[in-house]
Amino acid sequence: MDLRNTWDQWPDANGRFGEFGGRYVAETLMPLILDLEAEYRKAKEDPAFKAEMDDLWTHYVGRPSPLYFAERLTEHFGGAKIYFKRDELNHTGAHKINNCLGQVLLAKRMGKTRIIAETGAGQHGVATATICARFGLECVVFMGETDVERQKPNVFRMKLLGAKIVPVSSGTGTLKDAMNEALRDWVTNVDDTFYCIGTAAGPHPYPELVRDFQSVIGKEARAQIQEREGRLPDAVMACIGGGSNAIGLFHPFLEDESVRLIGVEAAGHGIETGEHAAALNGGLPGILHGNKTYLLQTDDGQIVDAHSISAGLDYPGIGPEHAFLRDTGRAEYLSCTDQEALDAFQLCTRLEGIIPALEPSHALARVGEVVKELGPDGLLILNMCGRGDKDVFSVAKALGVDM
Amino acid sequence: MPTSRITDTFAKASGESRAVLVSYLMAGDPDLETSFAAMCALRDNGADIIELGAPFTDPMADGASIQKAGLRALAHKTTLADTLALAARFREDDKTTPVIIMGYANPVFRMGFAKFAEAAHEAGVDGTILVDLPPEEDGELRDAYAPYDLSVIRLATPTTHEARMQKVAEGASGFLYFVAVTGVTGAGSADPQAIAGNIEMAKRVSGLPVCVGFGVKTGDQAAEMAKIADGVVVGSAFVDHAEKAHESGEFADAPRGMGALAKELSEAIRTVAKQ
Repeated sequence: MDLRNTWDQWPDANGRFGEFGGRYVAETLMPLILDLEAEYRKAKEDPAFKAEMDDLWTHYVGRPSPLYFAERLTEHFGGAKIYFKRDELNHTGAHKINNCLGQVLLAKRMGKTRIIAETGAGQHGVATATICARFGLECVVFMGETDVERQKPNVFRMKLLGAKIVPVSSGTGTLKDAMNEALRDWVTNVDDTFYCIGTAAGPHPYPELVRDFQSVIGKEARAQIQEREGRLPDAVMACIGGGSNAIGLFHPFLEDESVRLIGVEAAGHGIETGEHAAALNGGLPGILHGNKTYLLQTDDGQIVDAHSISAGLDYPGIGPEHAFLRDTGRAEYLSCTDQEALDAFQLCTRLEGIIPALEPSHALARVGEVVKELGPDGLLILNMCGRGDKDVFSVAKALGVDM
Repeated sequence: MPTSRITDTFAKASGESRAVLVSYLMAGDPDLETSFAAMCALRDNGADIIELGAPFTDPMADGASIQKAGLRALAHKTTLADTLALAARFREDDKTTPVIIMGYANPVFRMGFAKFAEAAHEAGVDGTILVDLPPEEDGELRDAYAPYDLSVIRLATPTTHEARMQKVAEGASGFLYFVAVTGVTGAGSADPQAIAGNIEMAKRVSGLPVCVGFGVKTGDQAAEMAKIADGVVVGSAFVDHAEKAHESGEFADAPRGMGALAKELSEAIRTVAKQ
């Protein structure tokens, strides 16, 4: 089979992107995810669903987000023109809300009254709590104990929004453990509960529906760049944890084979140290959290903890579609260390007056090399998927500044 | 392919008009030597089938007891190969008690389904329950098991409606593991009245013996379940003895405590006739 002729045909009926994806869940959850898939198919065909989503995207989230020419950063590197897709300007400060809105509207259609979510940095938790407040739904957010400690401002925001925070101490108390605990809650409360997964991973149909909801990023960017420059970009770039912002940007460009798709993983202290979150560059295929994908793991198949300065990238897996795009060569995946991300964070802040989140700072750290490769006639779009307000405390700490 | 040791075990219990007792322990918790002694103690005190947990870092369907058991086993560097070696050691002297490996897909996937199947067969293992391999995803495993006498044991739950049960039954062998509660292992307690109809349906649709687990901890609960099912699975209550032994440092207490519990449960099961 020539996979390249069918980029946007995936996943297949079994929820597979090539060999990746699938539905690796306990039997208790199978009927639920099959129901969710059926409901999603119906919602996609329902003009009222799309109308409600579009209305809230426009008036509540603030879409479309601008496409901004980063003139001084472009001058600084002396290569291709750099545009930022400014999803950090969304309500709640990141791309996460695009997906939460879609999933919560689905939950409402299904008559579910209780929404659960996992969160690492807290951005997905805040976005979920926000939408739940908007619709008057009960919201429970699972968060690793370690993350509760290092993301205090977001914990307080979620509480203000009426969400219940459940600190997770099992395992190592980070994002993967929060996801385990959310799955345990879901198998326990199957009747009234909807699991709002924050990234383009998990059992089918989650990778597909998260991608579809996030694809608004790439659809807008594709139209905006053609309006501004009269042509497609040469490359689009995004950071990758689970990969939801990246797949949202990439997907509408999949069939445009002239457009390079570049993801940047978190290399933490360096991939060679073993302390990183680069599942594609430093992991192996495996099965976790409902899907087959690349995972950080031992030879015996035990999952290894991820490390990144950015809590949003601190996950040992990656969405299955990225695993597929990497193995087929359609997308490229680079990596960036904590230190390089910190440097890029400061550079962007000073040159553009935009404080990026630590997550897109990873993509920013590789942008210089890419624009030089493309040359001055080139065009590049970088997804500014979150703002850095949430990170100022951890950045200050990393820079040795006492606030 | 039917697994002879499993089939024989259910046939024997059926002849005695009673349910079988399936007992779970985690391999390597608190260490492999203790696990071996515990397997023998379970068998000697009336456990008919032994489920050997293969530890995994992220057991998403397990409650606190079995999560901690897995982490204790992993702290002692227990690998999937160690779990198989433990089963093989037990099989050296015991040619009749079925041993089932229960765990999650990833360690088996990493070893390779074909390599695992061969190793499990060599070790005298009778089947596996891999929690996160539903019928949609276990095709490769079934192919790998086909040359051997290894059962693919599947889970059914209160959310498994009749149409779904047909899918679950197709390609399943050995017995069906009915999860009594919507929830994780060890949580809550199962209500036999609420699930009696589901179990009837599971038996009818699958044609396999149906064992009930999750939320069964005491002799009384086991006796109630034994009235409606072909077998009763107890896990967390056994594992709690390993935890106590780990905490006290008296590892020999684990087989002793597990044996005593197996005795209580198997006697309770024998007080009731299967309906």
